[in-house]
Amino acid sequence: MSKKKELDQVAEKKLFAIAKMWYDQMINGDVPSITLPTRTKQNIEFNSSLEVWKYGGKESLRAAVTEKSALHLLRMAYVIGFVKQQIREDRTSTLRELYYISEGWKKAKFSAQDESNFLIEDLEILTDVQREGFHLRPEEDGATIFGPLQLKEITRRGERIIHCRDDVGEAGYQIPTNTETLEFQSHDAKLIIAIETGGMYARLIENGFDEEHSAILVHLKGQPARSTRRVLNRLSEQYNLPVTVFTDGDPWSYRIFASVAYGAIKSAHISELLATPKAKFIGVSPSDIRDYNLPSDSLNEKDVAALKSILTDPRFETDYWRKEIKLQLALNLKTEQQAFAVRGLDFVTKEYLPRRLSDMGII
Amino acid sequence: MTIADKLAKEQRSISVAEFFEKNKHLLGFDSPTRGIITTIKEAVDNSLDACEEAEFLPDIYISIKRITNELFKVAIEDNGPGIVPEQVPFVFGKLLYGSRFHQIRQTRGQQGIGISAAVLYAQLTTGRPSSVISRVSSDNPAYKFLIQIAIEVNEPDVVLKEEFIWDRTHGTRVELEFKGSLTAKKRLLDYLRYTSIVNPHTRIMAEIEDEIYSFERVSDEPVKCALSIKPHPHGIEFGQLKRIIKYSNLNARDFLIESFSRVGQKTADEILTLSKIHPDTTANSLSHEQVNQLLLAMQQVKVPAPPTSQCLSPIGEELIRKGLEKEIELDFISSRTRPPAVSGGHPFVVEAAIGYGGKLPSEGTAQILRFANRVPLLYQQGACSITQAIADINWKSYSVSQQGLPVGPLLVLVHLASTNVPFTSESKDAVASIPEIEREITLALQDLGRDLKHFLSRRDKNRLTEDRARALCSIIPLIAGKVGEIVNLPVPDIALIEGRIMKKLVVRRKTDNSKVIIEAVNYTEKPIDISLYEISHDPAVDIKPVPDFVQEMNGEFTRVYTLHLEPHANWIMEYTGQSRGVIEVRGIAEEKKVVIDLDV
Repeated sequence: MSKKKELDQVAEKKLFAIAKMWYDQMINGDVPSITLPTRTKQNIEFNSSLEVWKYGGKESLRAAVTEKSALHLLRMAYVIGFVKQQIREDRTSTLRELYYISEGWKKAKFSAQDESNFLIEDLEILTDVQREGFHLRPEEDGATIFGPLQLKEITRRGERIIHCRDDVGEAGYQIPTNTETLEFQSHDAKLIIAIETGGMYARLIENGFDEEHSAILVHLKGQPARSTRRVLNRLSEQYNLPVTVFTDGDPWSYRIFASVAYGAIKSAHISELLATPKAKFIGVSPSDIRDYNLPSDSLNEKDVAALKSILTDPRFETDYWRKEIKLQLALNLKTEQQAFAVRGLDFVTKEYLPRRLSDMGII
Repeated sequence: MTIADKLAKEQRSISVAEFFEKNKHLLGFDSPTRGIITTIKEAVDNSLDACEEAEFLPDIYISIKRITNELFKVAIEDNGPGIVPEQVPFVFGKLLYGSRFHQIRQTRGQQGIGISAAVLYAQLTTGRPSSVISRVSSDNPAYKFLIQIAIEVNEPDVVLKEEFIWDRTHGTRVELEFKGSLTAKKRLLDYLRYTSIVNPHTRIMAEIEDEIYSFERVSDEPVKCALSIKPHPHGIEFGQLKRIIKYSNLNARDFLIESFSRVGQKTADEILTLSKIHPDTTANSLSHEQVNQLLLAMQQVKVPAPPTSQCLSPIGEELIRKGLEKEIELDFISSRTRPPAVSGGHPFVVEAAIGYGGKLPSEGTAQILRFANRVPLLYQQGACSITQAIADINWKSYSVSQQGLPVGPLLVLVHLASTNVPFTSESKDAVASIPEIEREITLALQDLGRDLKHFLSRRDKNRLTEDRARALCSIIPLIAGKVGEIVNLPVPDIALIEGRIMKKLVVRRKTDNSKVIIEAVNYTEKPIDISLYEISHDPAVDIKPVPDFVQEMNGEFTRVYTLHLEPHANWIMEYTGQSRGVIEVRGIAEEKKVVIDLDV
């Protein structure tokens, strides 16, 4: 039996088990219910053997005793029914398509795509099967890679062997949504830099940073998609390369780093597949704002609230982050990666990054 | 000739009538729209006051007819005690002529300006006299008058006086013609409706340009007329004191005891000692200076509060509620009559009511109904201290949102009954700010607010249970349907779940491997006493527990259990058999039980 067939069977069996549980509950006169780990930052714990943050022991019970919970279970039942049918018919749809398909589910329809995405994650947690197993894929493009890496991708039209610098254009190689079709073949890299903004990614390519420092550059495109994080995780595991994360200097960017290095709260059930515990934060840090006297903006109310929220986030409970966040609140400033341009276009690749990487003991 | 001499030539006394001609707004005749309302209001006030004095149930008829575009003929007729013919010209043709000005008791009209001002207004806008018909009893003929006012001298000018054949045995009808406008017809109807609310013993019929509006009475008790009381030493002013002193030839001590309420020997002596006036001095011989000292002493001496029960006639909590109920559809009404209180020597009573829901608009600020001595206050809501007192209350603590005034489907009624309502002006539109009165309003409304909050929270709770039950009844069946489809099994029966969620008694029977099991669970919050009947062909020799009663008939066994189930208690019975019989539960309402036979 093929691997795919096997996955289909597992997914179908586990989804069926959920429905059967509800069925039995109702036959016995019990309100259908389901127990899930609480998916908030209050319930994530560091798993020292996996070195990532996973959901802790807190669980919440969803029983159909209120309208809201009853609707949640009804939607889940509809999604299970829909996935079961997709597996039977061997079809795939995007998360967005699922959201639109739910329009026809009357009471069970979703009012926003966030709701359907969240529910799919619930199902992943309940079944221990990833959404690909439900024949669902994200609609977002994977981000891009540029640098001394050769890989093999199984496409619908056959196998392709691609070198991520020599065989691609200026923009780099685009990561597919399902990374299980990828196989890394060889590399000539000493480090990996994951970069938040497209502007900085393009600056590093234009300045030849990848060649000069034998670096694989990965564009995160803001909050990185699962496929991007999975690629970072696999590159780090397979080749044991140091991974660094280079973002803007604001609270939202620190969260991007956290989801790369520690795992995202939303997907903590699969952190071991998506997080890269070795990843290190390069900057831009609050102390960089101070030390390099970078052009910066004042923090707004939301920034301040986000920074304070980070102070209570267990993933950031380190001396480094506490010191930096407090410094930022004291400075009341934030900045962007591209603010280094104030010192010339080469400053970031010739001065800042080499200095930081050597401080961090990477080069 | 000096300038002063020149000016002296132009200086002369002004008649009251002349003054009011120039200052119509002071009396509420400032615009054609207000003219009609004020005229009717003054006439209705007089009718109601007169009926109260005679202890009649008032029947008031109002007619407004348009003669030309802006010329109206307004008639107001009542079944009151009538006015003796000699007095009619003065009542309608002389400003500041009245019977109640010198009395200290709760009345609507006071100064004797209102209706004569209306006559004046008619005269000023059309030049025509007004017609009055009045009859005091069936033994006396009715008289018809045509009256106008000699403005320069403020005296009545009787154009016509004649006997009149009238079908009423007693009552008064006044008919005025003046320029006006009916654009504020809604406000006029509001005035009549509100008047009817606070005068539930009154019937009003209004014929406005061929449309008839009637406001029925809900109380057959005539209002007990408020009795006059003597002035209270703390509520008197210099002019008034001087006037009554002038007509008294008693000695100073007897004068005080006789002329004031709550003044006895002791208090009188105290006042006189303090004002250094000998008790035997004749009252009317007191000098201006002495009167002043007397007044000062009267304010300083401690005097018990004036009697309140007889000089005030509050509407009463029940009649306010009835009055509101009949005119406005509401889900909730609560009313309060506060105990009498005193401010500046004047007794007063605050009454209030809150209405919620019904046909009230759900958006916008609350509807505010202000009344003073049973008269609706229609204008200058913002300038009135009643409004201010309402806005000063923290409505949010009674689950009502607030933007200054409370917001939502809410009605707030406040009635101030007093021997001397402190109006801000003679048009009697707004009550002046007096701390004692505001405090009483606040207390009444806070009390009502608590009632309202109680009502709202009970309603919300019911709504929550209802919503939840509705949601569950509609969503759980859908889950059952979908889940049945996924697992490819018959859709599960959700009656059991409903029983549990809807808080009912659930009784179910199932037969498993030749074991018949009956289970009863009390999901309600109260203990339940029921009789459970089980009828089957099984002899059930091993039955546990043993039934309270068994009867066999043609091989069919009827077993009866008398059960007492505490909340959430469950009870199980079992025996070996095939069942396929009947179960029945008695002693509990249908909507409180769910009986399921899983064998069927």
